[in-house]
Amino acid sequence: MNHTLIICRKELKSYFASPIAYLLMAISAVVFGFFFYSATAIFVVRGMESQMMGRGGPMDVNEWVIRPLLTNASVIGLFLIPMISMRLFAHEKSTGTMELLLTSPVRDIEIILGKWLGALLMYACILMISAVNFIWIFAYGKPDWKPMLVGYLGLLLQGGCMLAIGAFISTTTKNQIIAGGATFSTLLLLWVLDWVSAYETSSMGKVISYISVVTHFEPFSKGVIDTKDAVFFLSMTFFGLFLTARSMESLRWRA
Amino acid sequence: MIKVEGLTKRYARNVAVNNISFEVEKGQIVGFLGPNGAGKTTTMRILTCFMPPSSGKASVAGFDVMEQPMEVKKRIGYLPESPPLYPEMEVDEYLTFVGRLKGIPSSDLARASDHAIAKCALGEVRTKLISKLSKGFRQRVGLAQAIIHNPDVLILDEPTSGLDPKQIIEIRELLKELSGSHTIILSTHILSEIEHSCQKVIIINRGTLAAIDSVENLTARLRGAESVAVEIGPSDGTPLAEAEVQRKLEQVAGVSRVVARAAKDGNCLFEVESLKGRQIRPDLARVVVGSGWNLNELRPVGFSLEDIFLQLTGSETGGASGESK
Repeated sequence: MNHTLIICRKELKSYFASPIAYLLMAISAVVFGFFFYSATAIFVVRGMESQMMGRGGPMDVNEWVIRPLLTNASVIGLFLIPMISMRLFAHEKSTGTMELLLTSPVRDIEIILGKWLGALLMYACILMISAVNFIWIFAYGKPDWKPMLVGYLGLLLQGGCMLAIGAFISTTTKNQIIAGGATFSTLLLLWVLDWVSAYETSSMGKVISYISVVTHFEPFSKGVIDTKDAVFFLSMTFFGLFLTARSMESLRWRA
Repeated sequence: MIKVEGLTKRYARNVAVNNISFEVEKGQIVGFLGPNGAGKTTTMRILTCFMPPSSGKASVAGFDVMEQPMEVKKRIGYLPESPPLYPEMEVDEYLTFVGRLKGIPSSDLARASDHAIAKCALGEVRTKLISKLSKGFRQRVGLAQAIIHNPDVLILDEPTSGLDPKQIIEIRELLKELSGSHTIILSTHILSEIEHSCQKVIIINRGTLAAIDSVENLTARLRGAESVAVEIGPSDGTPLAEAEVQRKLEQVAGVSRVVARAAKDGNCLFEVESLKGRQIRPDLARVVVGSGWNLNELRPVGFSLEDIFLQLTGSETGGASGESK
């Protein structure tokens, strides 16, 4: 456990020692900032429209602003997560520091968990940047904070699962660009797999669309913690880390 | 301290290490010698638990590398061929990280890191980023990383590569200092390195063990045969035909090999090697004088480790280097 934290700390430090962390946080700030501005602007326009039409009554800011924004944040995650996970193992393999980790008295699982945790914390920092925007909603409105918290929990669970897949892909190559590209296309595919449900009604179609990481996030964005979705993300994370461990073991045999 | 029995590492198409066995006692410095691709790094990687052997056994301090890798790793300091450094870290930060990784308790961490820094003369760069360091300093940071947890066994893959002569001498001194309490295996291409710092040499070639002995024994074993430098000059001033002289020398009883060295001022220089246990100097002198030439010099040359190395790892490389001189 101790080793896991040591590696996690080192991992987090190296994100912030390079421009990666700042770049990702800046991307998130700009893109999410635009999303936020648009969502609130639309909300304001709609609010004025409905008042002019004489349909009074308050509009739900959670429903109109926060929920779509959380879904948007998960899309930003789809783009940023490959950039976080691509270096995890590929970098260590190309610089030869993998040899240091693998010959130190540390178990493989501690290395993997430490790296994954470090990447997850990096993602959490990016999410925190996006959360800053919501301060304005709290300043000028009365949103319910609980569904928002659940939404962020969902984002973290989804991020953890995507990072685990990214970590696995990163162990398979020395080249960060390849790792990043392959992770992005894998995640994109996982993202759009639920399209299958639109034209395929067989049980196979159901299984395929079930694997999509999008459908499982929806309840979270509504503020609902659904055990089956949480379990989906956790088991996908476990599966990703399991593949990482196997891949690292094969590294030893092939090295 | 280190025991290797029938170690073999096979890859899909080739065998990197083939049935190697050796033992290293506590406190020894052992040189690991072999041409490129001989299997030195592979053997070291197996000993450090980086990769498992295909068959055979290896143990360090009584712990098997397959059965108890954690115990082995705790007792080993390893410097791979390219030092495993994080360029974005400062030297101090890096050593602290490695120290933690190797399980040094926090209370001892500062002391251990100071000790390693002092040993490897890194004081002036301890707060510098590793990416800004020269190759020599990086190599030393790599060495500091290997010794920080005061391991019983040090495994160093070409520790002096990239260092200038002064630094090489410093590292050599450091290794000697460490050798009493540590067991050290080091691989190198530089043969003088082994002659200077090692008590024992393990020579491997194409994955198999070519020789294992102390430096003195190895040289003595080959010294039964002698090598003689002969300089021959013309007595009447007309330059000698080198090929003819060489042919004559080769005909002397007991001579195994004659290598022509640089000729100058009409004089010919040869290196003549004898068969084992034969004294050839008197006969050589008689032949030279009998042919009417001047014998300017007749000097026995000791075998260097280099000769032994070439002899053991295949004569084709030896011939090539001889002719190139």
